[in-house]
Amino acid sequence: MYLSTEEIPMETGTFRVKSGHAEMLKGGVIMDVVTAEQAKIAEEAGAVAVMALERVPSDIRAQGGVARMSDPALIVEIMDAVTIPVMAKARIGHFAEAQVLQALGVDYIDESEVLTPADDKYHIYKWDFTVPFVCGARDLGEALRRIGEGAAMVRTKGEAGSGNIVEAVRHMRAVVDGIKRVQTLSKEQLMAEAKELGAPYELVLYVHENGKLPVVNFCAGGVATPADASLMMQLGADGIFVGSGIFKSDNPAGRAKAIVEATTHYEDPAMVAEVSKGIGEAMRGLEISQIPERELLATRGW
Amino acid sequence: MTAIGVLALQGDVREHARMVREAGATAVPVKRADGLTSLDGLVIPGGESTTIGKLLRRFGMLEPLRSLVESGFPVYGTCAGMILLADRIEDAGVDQPSIGGMNIAVRRNAFGRQRESFEADVDVPVLGDEPFPAIFIRAPVIEGVGEGVDILASVAGERPVAARQGRLLVSSFHPELTDDARLHRYFVDMVEGRS
Repeated sequence: MYLSTEEIPMETGTFRVKSGHAEMLKGGVIMDVVTAEQAKIAEEAGAVAVMALERVPSDIRAQGGVARMSDPALIVEIMDAVTIPVMAKARIGHFAEAQVLQALGVDYIDESEVLTPADDKYHIYKWDFTVPFVCGARDLGEALRRIGEGAAMVRTKGEAGSGNIVEAVRHMRAVVDGIKRVQTLSKEQLMAEAKELGAPYELVLYVHENGKLPVVNFCAGGVATPADASLMMQLGADGIFVGSGIFKSDNPAGRAKAIVEATTHYEDPAMVAEVSKGIGEAMRGLEISQIPERELLATRGW
Repeated sequence: MTAIGVLALQGDVREHARMVREAGATAVPVKRADGLTSLDGLVIPGGESTTIGKLLRRFGMLEPLRSLVESGFPVYGTCAGMILLADRIEDAGVDQPSIGGMNIAVRRNAFGRQRESFEADVDVPVLGDEPFPAIFIRAPVIEGVGEGVDILASVAGERPVAARQGRLLVSSFHPELTDDARLHRYFVDMVEGRS
């Protein structure tokens, strides 16, 4: 059914092909879904991709235990249900889970702090894979380390499953401030800055010269309302991940559509107001200081 | 200076704007129907065709765009943009609003999923002898071609991946992700009546 590419001199899995896919997702919303039916609701609402999961982060948080890659049968069911790209999560450092996800043919792998880390020192060496990776980051150094390992897209972490935007804002500001700082440095300061950031020198140089990350940067972890999406886009996000915020609200279809529309017209408050009307209650959020420190997800990853 | 709009509802808008400027025209991001007036041409970027289609409908841009296309307004669509300009979409999702106007049938994700996305050098004779560095990302192909359509490039057993009909131009690959501005220059020439 698919065309054979065997006869063309062509190359799959190049960095341009991987990071290029993330460029196509810009200005869009990627939604966590746990069933094929939810995936269809997300697609209908205008999601640019879905993240196939067994449990949304707020349930992982509530239920505890070890959170692992989802059942491949569920992932395939979701892939079959929609025509938009399907992403799935592997545990930090669990390259075998990532190999399984690649074998299934998912379109993007999220090496995610939402799952229980499998390696307390090392992330996956992502250059080995044909399928692109997205990784979480809390600041510029973490973002550049992940890109150095081969991530073709980053997302600020926020605090997944909290329904509270404060951590997402903190992390996006940290990345953007880090970029601005690196831009203002002179060339002789860049090596020391790379050491300080714990980031590859070549990538620090790229940021200095281009004033942006070499890959797309979405925002994640806490988006619950259309205004949250607008806020993050105005702070510099290229697009939005919504985890628990949609299917833990009382009108998922309406809220999903509204967040998509607010992401497109993020700079137009009248439009954000219009789409925010009558979409019911948002998910119940958590005050970050009420979350025990050992249960914070954003601090996973290094 | 020639003003080329870049449809900015979703997708790689910034990259197209850069290429439009490189090709010697002014790039104008367009998010609303009223932004479509006073343009000389329009680029529909890469992105998710289902998302862009739904947003076009929700924000009342489908009909104005159809009228523009019918009136001979120049439009260049890449990947998602090509799908949106096709008269027929094979295997369309349940609800995929599109603009249409070009006498072609396209198949979405024709090469497979992201794993099968690829780069290849493609001959595009109207751009000269040097092959074009084409990037295909979950790319569509043209499956059927009607009257008035010229095929500009093909891959994989002569499957068309770029075509022109009057002042409509489409490619299933992404020149905006490369540094090769020849296809955008070809479009600007088309808008300015030179090709």
